[in-house]
Order: sequence, then C-alpha cells, then structure tokens
Amino acid sequence: MNFLSVGNPRHLLKPLIIVFTALIIGLGLMTPAHADSVGEEFEFAVVGNVKVEGEPVGGVRIIVEGGGYRAETVTDDKGSWLIGVPEKSDYSVTLDESTLPTGVIVLEGGVTQQVSFSLGDRVSQNFFIGEGERNEVPFIDQLVARLIYGINFGLMLGLASVGLSLVFGTTGLSNFAHGEMVTFGAVAALILGVFLELPIWVAIPAAVLLSAGMGWSLDAGLWKPLRSRGLGIIQLMIVSIGLSLTMRYIIQFFIGGGTEQLPGFDSPKINLFGSVALSVNDLYSMGISIVVIVAFAFWLMKTKTGKATRAISDNPDLSAASGIDVDKVVRIVWIVSASMAGLAGVLWAYFRPGIKWDMGTQILLLIFAAVTLGGLGTAFGALIGALIVGLLVETSSLFIPSDLKYVAALVVLIGVLLFRPQGIMGRKQRIG
Amino acid sequence: MDWGTIINNTLAGLLTPTTIAFALAALGLAMHFGFAGLLNFGIAGFMAIGAYGYAISVLTFGFPWWLGMIVGILGSIGFAILLGVPTLRLRGDYLAIVTIAAAEIARLLFLTTAFTDVTGSADGLFGYNKTGGFTEANPFPPGSYGFGPWTYNSETLWVIVFGLAVLAICVWLLWALMRSPWGRVIKGIREDEDAIRALGKNVFAYKLQALIIGGVFGGMGGIIYAAFANVSPGVYVTSITFFIWTSLLLGGAATIFGPVIGAVIFWTLQAFLSNILPELSSSGILPVDGTQAATLRFVLVGIGLMLLVIYRPQGIFGDKREMTFVK
Repeated sequence: MNFLSVGNPRHLLKPLIIVFTALIIGLGLMTPAHADSVGEEFEFAVVGNVKVEGEPVGGVRIIVEGGGYRAETVTDDKGSWLIGVPEKSDYSVTLDESTLPTGVIVLEGGVTQQVSFSLGDRVSQNFFIGEGERNEVPFIDQLVARLIYGINFGLMLGLASVGLSLVFGTTGLSNFAHGEMVTFGAVAALILGVFLELPIWVAIPAAVLLSAGMGWSLDAGLWKPLRSRGLGIIQLMIVSIGLSLTMRYIIQFFIGGGTEQLPGFDSPKINLFGSVALSVNDLYSMGISIVVIVAFAFWLMKTKTGKATRAISDNPDLSAASGIDVDKVVRIVWIVSASMAGLAGVLWAYFRPGIKWDMGTQILLLIFAAVTLGGLGTAFGALIGALIVGLLVETSSLFIPSDLKYVAALVVLIGVLLFRPQGIMGRKQRIG
Repeated sequence: MDWGTIINNTLAGLLTPTTIAFALAALGLAMHFGFAGLLNFGIAGFMAIGAYGYAISVLTFGFPWWLGMIVGILGSIGFAILLGVPTLRLRGDYLAIVTIAAAEIARLLFLTTAFTDVTGSADGLFGYNKTGGFTEANPFPPGSYGFGPWTYNSETLWVIVFGLAVLAICVWLLWALMRSPWGRVIKGIREDEDAIRALGKNVFAYKLQALIIGGVFGGMGGIIYAAFANVSPGVYVTSITFFIWTSLLLGGAATIFGPVIGAVIFWTLQAFLSNILPELSSSGILPVDGTQAATLRFVLVGIGLMLLVIYRPQGIFGDKREMTFVK
C-alpha cells in the first residue's frame, strides 16, 4: 500500500524537512500556536490556557458544549487550547479534573463554566487552578441528582407525550409534527417574553394559549379536511412529516439557527443535601407539570368530553353511533394536545436551557419512545412511559458517555416494540 | 439578477455525484416502500452504514477501496437483518418508528466522542479515497471534461461514471427482480399479506429479502456520496430520510425509473432554489435576508411533500392502482 512505498523520495522528503527545520529553529520554538485545536473550520472559537502557578500544564482534557454542539480537545505543551464553534451563542466549558496532575484542582467556579460571546469572534475561558483536595462528588449524590433531573425531564416529556397519545388514540395518526408543536410553544414564549418584552408570567400562559390556537387551526385547516377526504393513516403520517419540515424551517426562518434564552433561565440553585442542588426553575417546572397532569387526568376521567375521548379511542364507529360528535371531540383533543406540547416546550427551554429551531425534533423520538413504552393510545401509559424514559435518559449518563444518553431510550423503544408492542398499559388487540 | 449563473448551476444539478447517490437511496426506498410496502424511515441509517463501513475499513483496517466498499455493502446487509428479523412482523407505522429510531441510534453511535479514534466523531472521516486507492484507480487523466454546466475535473468525472455504472446495475436489477416471480410475490405481499401466506409462501423471508436488497441500494448510495465528499455524521440526519422520501414520492414509489427521475428533479430544484432565492433577496424582490432565503427552500420541500401525498400519492410516473396499499 501507500504506506509501504518508502522508495518514493517524496515520502522521505517530508520528515526530512521537518527534522531540518527543527534543527535550525531549535526545539523549544517549534511548538505550533495551537497544537491541539479542534473545529478550526468554524469562524468562532473558545480559547484558553491552563497553568498552575505560572507553569503551563499539557494534556488536560477540555470539553465545550452548547446548542447541540460538542467538541473536546487536550491542551498542548504550552497549556493552551482552542475549540472552534459554529455559532456565537452560549457554551459550557468543562475541564476534566481527572486529567490534571495529582493534588491540583480547579479552585474557583467549578469544573464547568459558562462562556458567551460578545463582540469578538473569540472568547477565552481560563480556570483558576491550584493545589487542593479534589472534591469527588459521591456516587450516591450523583445518582440522586440524576434521578431528580430524570423525574423533571420525565414529567416534561409526559406533558408532550399524552397529547401525542390522545391524537393517536382518537385519529390513528402518528404525528411526526408533534416535535414542532413543542418548539412552537417555546418560540411563542420567546417572541412574547423577549421580543415583545412582556413579563414572563404573562408570556408563558399566552404562549400556551397560542399553542392551543395552533392545535385548533391545524385540525380545522388541515387534519379535518384530510380526514374527510378519506386519507389513509400512512398518507396522513407522511403529511405530518411534510408539516414537520415546513414548521421547523418556518421557525428557523424567523428565529435563525442560533440558541435563544428565555428571561430568568439561569435561576439560583438551592442546595438540597450533600452536593445535590436544584435550580428554582427546576422546582417550578416540576410543580407546573404535576398540576397540569393532575388537571388533565381529572379532565380525561371525570368530564363528559374526557369520557367521550376515551370512548372514541376504544371504538370510533360505536362512539359516533351512540351520539358522540367525533369531529368536535377530535378538535378538542388537538387543542389539548397542542397546548400541553407547547407548555412542555416552554419548560424544556428552561431545562436545556435554550430555544433552538430544531429542539422539538431532538426529543420527538423520545416522545415516541414514551408513548410506545406506555402503550400507544393510552394517555396514562404515555405518562408512565415518559417518566421511565426521562429517568433512563438522565441516569444512563452515569454509566455511558453523555452524548449517547438518547441511545438508551431509543434502544428501549425498539425493545418494547419487539417484546411487548402493546406497551405497559396497552391491550393486546390494538396491534393490528 | 444573473440568470446565466442561475441556469448554469441549476442544469449542473442534473448530474452530480450527490444526485446519483440520492437516486440510489431513493431506489432502495422504492424497493422497500413502493414494491414491498415496508415503511422504512431509516434509509439515512443504511446510507450512513454504507459510507462509514467503506471509510472505516479503509482508514482503520487498511483495506483497499473495493474491499472497503464491499464491507460497506455487507454492513448495510447486516443492518437490514438486524432491523428486519425482529420488526418485520410489526404493523406499518410501528415499523416506521423502529426504523427511524434505529437510524438515529446508528448516527449517534457515529457521532459520539467515545469512538473518536475510529469514527472521527463530529469531524467525520476523510482522506480514505486517497488511502484506499479509489482516487488512483481513476482511469481518466487529469484535465477538464464535458461542456457547459457539465464541466468536471477528472476526479469528479470518475465518481460520476462509477456512480452511474452502479446506478445502472441497480436499476436493471430492480427491473429484472420486479418482473420475476419473486417480484410478483413481493407485490402480492404489499397488496394482501394474508392471501400470499395462504398460498404457502414464507412472507417473512420475502420481506426480509426485500429489506436487504433495498438496504444494499441505500448503502451504495452512501458509498457513492462518500466517494465524492467526506463522511460526516451531520449528513445522515432524519431530514435526509425525508428528502429521499420526497424524491421517491415525486417520481412515483412503485416505479423503476420514478425514484431516479424524482431524485434528479428534487436535487435540480434544490440547486435552482438555492441559487435563485438568495438572488431574489439580494436584488430586493424578496424582503428577506440571505440566510432566510436559504431556509425558504426547505419550507417549500415540506409544503411540496404534503401536497404530493394529498393530491398525487402515486407520483409523476406512478399508477394510482399501484398505490391502493397506502391506507
């Protein structure tokens, strides 16, 4: 192969030149400016130096993460590093303490710190490093923290999932545009709360109302006419894919490709015990989710419309024959589904944190996983499925690399469809 | 408005390595969906495995290019079996969700930093065409070939000729298969699975064979794309699957030439829109900025897909009677 063709003088020339230049310039000056830099194709970059008492430290692992982008590098002999980033948004920079020399730790600000770009194309992030005891977070603390995050994420996912499940139950549609309804809620809150500068406690309910209006108009303008045309469920599903693409890129058209923040996204943290801390937003988010889910459960179990919804999920023809106005109930289901998805979007924007044009698409498959796990078409099953998926996603990062955390949920999705396609709560006859 | 450049770039879109790669993927999807009735939403996964199989076996294991491409094809066969054995018994829309999830798992595994040494994580892989000898196997001496919008350097010409040859073989294979007894059974399964089962055929085996053949076409698409551009995990996202679906439905799902022509129309239209929309915005006819103009074409893809499925599900060349299985 090419490697073996040593006889070719061109292959010998390159190392010779390098050795020659090194001899002339002297070894000490030869280190390139950024020996270990990644993402140099990007216009913007996060840079820094790692030094302990003025002495550079090489081989320290640095990770930059944010807006769906992640890259890592190690510092060179001069202790410097550079990580190119695709856009001027907020990033978290993590220094891997285990790669520091023994007895040296990050003294201030923690191993993960936030950076944001101002005017320049580069932003620098240096860590205060010195001698000290490494503060290892005990495994049990990490686990508890992850479990709480998991419940929070699961509740949020539950808000989005019950809607998808209800729509599937009443109309048979696997709605691929559900992720965009999640994004829509977050973007509506962004437009009202940031661009129009309404107070956030007005902006969020208004965003949920707008989402409800979106659900109404989608059913009135698209799904109802298509049902009347007699389109099959596969056709409807592909239409929902087209709708998903359309909505996603319309959102990108208006807010661009970057990450936006809602007001108050970096709320103070409250220490619970040990090193387990929760932000005020997390607590609000869980509270809101629980209240809405309880209200939803009451609606579904006790009210007339809720009962009609369950009847249609069981047997649409029989429900229509017994005098239920199927179209009217389906319209309400779309409104409920869209407003809960919109609320989930707002909460997720705080959880991530950040609003991005494709944020809904990122969790669409997790929502599908939750719905399938619980049993397609069963609302409470979807809720339990969502909690399991949320816990799984958050705790799995204790055992597998964090950029693979969605994989665990997707594997569960496939596993459930294989071994128990009716899900945890579903009944067997649903599977045609 | 520089109409000369716009028309030139649009016509160039008719024949590029990208168009050929996506025509191959659409052909695979025609086998899956159009003929066998399998709702595969994971065609991007098949492409990714073909492309990574080729690149990794060349870069990590030092295989020559042709062996690397065979590894890529074997990889997509393996993916089809892995996916098909457990899921082909499921109902249509369940299969759709499983395949889209499997393709995402594959993409995330290529993207993760855990396997950076092999997959290059977010940076992807490059340089394998040179290392593996694909570039050296180019029979065309360096220079400029073709005329007008279809002017290529020798490297691009080599990829195009190679890709066209693969595409021609695959089209011929699909055509031959679909007029054989095997093809009639496949179409029968699409129309009524139980009737075919009653005739004593092993429906599951037939479906799996269809999934493998279509998967190989998809994998070849990924390989041709990799032979031209770098392998990057950002390419094999679910949007690409949906774009391939759009080109398939545009041409006609249950036809032989439909997917190829659909892909050509789709990518030519994309080339046209990506040239004319920024022009319209910079000359002030469209009141949007350049980035927004570039986004608009994907909005149009989504709207186009919806209109197509609603008003002409059989596509341009299709026969409505062939699409009664889409329920």
